[in-house]
Amino acid sequence: MTFTFLILAVIILGSALAAALRPNLIHCALLLVVSWLGVAGFYLWAGAEFVAFAQVLVYVGALSMVVLFAVLLTRQSRAELRVDAPETRRAVWAVIAGVAVSGVIGTAVFATKWDSAPVTAPEITVRGIGLELMGAHAAALLLLGVLLTAALLGAVVLAAPDRPEKEEKS
Amino acid sequence: MSPLQGCLLLSAALFSVGLVIALARSNAILVLLGIELMLNAANLNFIAFWRFHGGTAPATGVIFVLFAIAVAAAEAAVGLALVIALYRHQKNLRLQEATRLRG
Amino acid sequence: MIAAALTTDSFLERLPVLARDTVTGLLPVSWRWLAGSLLEIIAILASFGLLFAYLTLAERKILGRIQNRPGPNRTGWFGLLQPFADGVKALTKEDVVPAGADRVLHFLAPVVLVAVSLLGFAVLPFGRHLVAVELDTAVLYFFAAGTATELAVFMAGWASHNKYSLLAAMRALAQLISYELPLLLSVVPVVLVAGTLSTTKIVAAQGGWSLGFIPHWHVFTPWGAAGFVLFMVAALAESNRSPFDLPEAESELIAGHLTEYSGFKYALFFMAEYFGMCALSGMAVTLFLGGWGAPSALLEWIPSYAWFTAKLLVLLLGFIWIRATLPRLRLDQLMKFAWKFLVPLTLLNLANAAGWSLTAGWTGPLQLVRWAVALSLVAVPFVVLGRTLSAGSAPRTYRFA
Repeated sequence: MTFTFLILAVIILGSALAAALRPNLIHCALLLVVSWLGVAGFYLWAGAEFVAFAQVLVYVGALSMVVLFAVLLTRQSRAELRVDAPETRRAVWAVIAGVAVSGVIGTAVFATKWDSAPVTAPEITVRGIGLELMGAHAAALLLLGVLLTAALLGAVVLAAPDRPEKEEKS
Repeated sequence: MSPLQGCLLLSAALFSVGLVIALARSNAILVLLGIELMLNAANLNFIAFWRFHGGTAPATGVIFVLFAIAVAAAEAAVGLALVIALYRHQKNLRLQEATRLRG
Repeated sequence: MIAAALTTDSFLERLPVLARDTVTGLLPVSWRWLAGSLLEIIAILASFGLLFAYLTLAERKILGRIQNRPGPNRTGWFGLLQPFADGVKALTKEDVVPAGADRVLHFLAPVVLVAVSLLGFAVLPFGRHLVAVELDTAVLYFFAAGTATELAVFMAGWASHNKYSLLAAMRALAQLISYELPLLLSVVPVVLVAGTLSTTKIVAAQGGWSLGFIPHWHVFTPWGAAGFVLFMVAALAESNRSPFDLPEAESELIAGHLTEYSGFKYALFFMAEYFGMCALSGMAVTLFLGGWGAPSALLEWIPSYAWFTAKLLVLLLGFIWIRATLPRLRLDQLMKFAWKFLVPLTLLNLANAAGWSLTAGWTGPLQLVRWAVALSLVAVPFVVLGRTLSAGSAPRTYRFA
């Protein structure tokens, strides 16, 4: 079991780090897709199949397309895809911040006394998730629908080109 | 090191990688990708707790993550629309140049 | 694989499972699960690989006959060795990679495409005891695997370092994303009525016959028939088949995102397209046509996998027939069709199915009311939307014979 976890950790962190370092924007986006697939693999390992397939459907299937389209629509030529390396000072401070955050979280993780872990994953069925979504969380689900519709309309309005001014007929 | 601690460390590492990308890069799209990584790290955390810490309402943990995935997708879509609008205005994606409140 | 009711089935029905158990029985116990899974994978790869090979031949022959010509008939009797000749040709052609191309992505794109197209076969129930992976969320898995193919299309178009490839890849992506919505929405009514996302349980929910000879397949209900047609149209678009084959048509932007591919990689793209076609047809059979179920209780002696294959072949024949008959849609016509016609129809179909499942207890003359309301909810929006959207396009007049 730990072996699978190590492989997943290597895939997730390795592709995320590679995405941080590559100079080509499309390569960054595609490596991040590999990282998302790794996270979906983690969810499968943990026994949450529904979330794993939802992650693949949303992130790998849809978000990757949005990101790639945005990358292609915001450039003048193929050469512009090379992103500049960050300035050294900024990169150093960013790494220090990252290490500090993970240090704080790591200390907290090791200092807390955790209960013993259950051996098998909690039993959930799709039917159970559905009943709870429509039962206890129905209001949140409806709000999520409204949020997604608002995001869709907002994205279309923001990304649309400005309409040309209508000529006044004299 | 228990499995829960291992998963929490993985999610902390992924979070800090996302943080470094979001802080160090000046390309708007890369910053958004860093934010997406941070959201993924948080979801990883949720599923790690759901699996290894038990609880009385197992479906709630999964539902939380589903909502988080949906909201992250909506936020990424709007963010990338903003990036396209920014590009149309200043013809490149350097965030340092987006300093004026009014174009 | 399920072992339920294995002992009471006929010998032909049990044959694949017996074969697998005999082979894995030769191995030590700890290896059996892995060996069994490998055997299932090899069986799926072999049978669908052979189906792909002969489907290309069948397509060319049937297209030929519809166009009043014989199709390939030189290699072997009736051209039966043609797929192998095509394979040899594809393997021995020079593999040309453009000078400025991104070599890694150029190589990975067809590989990823074929790999992901094959993933969908894991949850299709080919027979009563023949499903490779029994998942509670099988339908979600199938469509998650399907959406990952779009990434490979983008990689192919981008890595070719050719602006026409990139443009065509973006058009192909726009088509794939637009038709995903009707595809998924036309499946939701089936999940609603069957109450589960598991493909084996959906097939089980379509078992049984009324009056002894009308099966309870979803396609024999109003919402099911509409959903089946909508699913097949969206499946045509998702697998880039005529009339939605703008991305790969020879007269459009050379060969679309496949322009810079030659030899075996080109063959891999077509293999992925046919695998996608077979997987989507298999899913249509599972969701709407009753899976491996026989159409009548008298015909149950024919093994379940034979029924699945027969239904699959009928759907594939439908795909080929449509290719021979309908002209290609332009990109804007295609997008308009998806967003303005198919999406509202699928949403109305969902409401229709919800109404159908809520009124399941009605009997007697109320049944007639139920059927009448359901049928009108299918027919009226179709006619109204169709007339509204095609208003302004006058009847076609041909000035030259």
